[in-house]
Amino acid sequence: MLASYLARRLAQLAVVLFLVSVAVFSIMHALPGDPVQLMLSGAESGSVTPERQEQLREEMGLNDPLPVQYGRFLRGAVTADLGTSVRLRQPVLDLILDRLGSTLALSLGGILFAVAIGVTTGVLAALKRGSWIDGFSRILAYAGVSMPLFWLGLLLILVFSFWLPWFPPAGSEGLRSLVLPSLSLGLVSAGVIARLTRASLLEVLVEDYIRAAWAKGLPKRIVYLRHALRNALLPVLTMLGLQFGAMLAGAVVTETVFSRPGLGRLVVSAILWKDYPLVQGIVLFMATTYVVVNLLVDLLATRLDPRIRDGAPA
Amino acid sequence: MTTAGMTVRGLTVRGRTLSPGFIAGVSILTAWVLLAIFAPLGAPHDPLATISGAREAPSPEFWFGTDRLGRDVFSRVVYGARVSLVLGFISVAIGAALGSALGLVSGYYRGAVDTVLMRMIDAMLAFPGILLALVVIAALGPSITNVMIAVGVSTIPRYARLVRSSVLTIREHDYIDAARLVGVPDVKIMLRHVLPNTAIPLLVLSTLEFGQAISIGAGLSFLGLGAQPPTPEWGLMVAVGRDVLGRAWWISTFPGLAIFTVVMATNLLGDSLQEMLDPRLRSR
Repeated sequence: MLASYLARRLAQLAVVLFLVSVAVFSIMHALPGDPVQLMLSGAESGSVTPERQEQLREEMGLNDPLPVQYGRFLRGAVTADLGTSVRLRQPVLDLILDRLGSTLALSLGGILFAVAIGVTTGVLAALKRGSWIDGFSRILAYAGVSMPLFWLGLLLILVFSFWLPWFPPAGSEGLRSLVLPSLSLGLVSAGVIARLTRASLLEVLVEDYIRAAWAKGLPKRIVYLRHALRNALLPVLTMLGLQFGAMLAGAVVTETVFSRPGLGRLVVSAILWKDYPLVQGIVLFMATTYVVVNLLVDLLATRLDPRIRDGAPA
Repeated sequence: MTTAGMTVRGLTVRGRTLSPGFIAGVSILTAWVLLAIFAPLGAPHDPLATISGAREAPSPEFWFGTDRLGRDVFSRVVYGARVSLVLGFISVAIGAALGSALGLVSGYYRGAVDTVLMRMIDAMLAFPGILLALVVIAALGPSITNVMIAVGVSTIPRYARLVRSSVLTIREHDYIDAARLVGVPDVKIMLRHVLPNTAIPLLVLSTLEFGQAISIGAGLSFLGLGAQPPTPEWGLMVAVGRDVLGRAWWISTFPGLAIFTVVMATNLLGDSLQEMLDPRLRSR
């Protein structure tokens, strides 16, 4: 049963990834704007002869029909060849792998803060409904979705780097430089997670098995933590997959705010350089990572949910 | 469950008192819209003119201080409202128009059309956050107009999903069959009988997306992919102030606060509209 479920999810994944590659490719190629002109206007402006343009077009295979170009792009992508950066003259995949560690560290740090702040606030809000912490969880959720990420990052720098010299305002050396950027990413997601944890816990607390646990005379701590919270956190786990995407997208902004090298900053530079292969490669890589992580999170949730694990997969 | 919330009757407040969130949201947004329209009256100075020394701290004369070029930050924030509000409206218009069209066709015809369109929407949803907007900007080139298009396009999937799910219920109603039986053409049924019934969820989503569009648009300008200097645009102003944050906190802080208040207001308004008009959508 689980095997067929897995096979179905993998087939869906393949379809989505194929369509993602078509989408990236067609937006980049079908929209107005000649990549060669755009690229040359940035890189070698002024002294570009029509011959040089034609030569570049031929080199990049831009004279072939679009389906042929797409075939080449797809064949490259599945064999881990994302082409060569026009500006940096290095394989796109190498450039991505160079910066992947930094962006992953940032995203994981963000998830860590989001879970720590979000789950704690959510649990306290559910247990003390109507208290100040419940109100705080609501404000956190509103501020999280309303605050522009780049502004939140700058406010954190202002307070924790300039007014209180606790953390460096920029750079990527050591764990201390990771704190503020991760915190800014985490705070944005913490509110959503807090509200979900609260709602989910309140729902679980009226289940029969919780009443059974009370009836057995189990201590409060055991009922809440072992019986209620464990089940309440399943939807939160699924939500984390989506929040991981928010972290990847957030990295685009946060890495610029904190001057950290990473995939996000690289894609922004690539757009400004009009480096088409680089933009295409990074975007495809990020979308793939996001889809795969969400699949893994879903599978994990399926494994952990006793109702699904022991019965038929939903 | 009835569909009372979907009919035009749902637009009345049904005697309920307006929530504090609704009142706060409407007031803040109205204030910003008025400031944007009457910017020349609201702004004490020319947003592009050097009228003082560089980086002067906030004072009774310059409420929000002055920037690196000695321009009045308050006046620039007021004029910036024009850019951001227009960006919000245009992005929402693009996303809502294209997204509803896709959702309408998909939900009305179902079958193969639906499958193909929805797989395309799934692919678009595989791009986290602003990534889809980034792809569009990469193709079109950085500018504030292209940011409006890019942000609008990136919201298409959410509109398409929402409208499709409403249409799937609406199309089963007897009056749709009746219209079809008397020979009303499909396009007319969709526009005259189906689309109006999706108005309320569309209104709620558009309100929420309006704020998000402003926030994401400002983010793109912050990255240098949108408005270009010397345009008084909030995201760009935050970016310019970033380099001198330690010496002149006000240059970045106030434009950022402006974005925050607008987005907060639309979220408050969107959520209270949702609770007032369609309680079934509350658990979004």
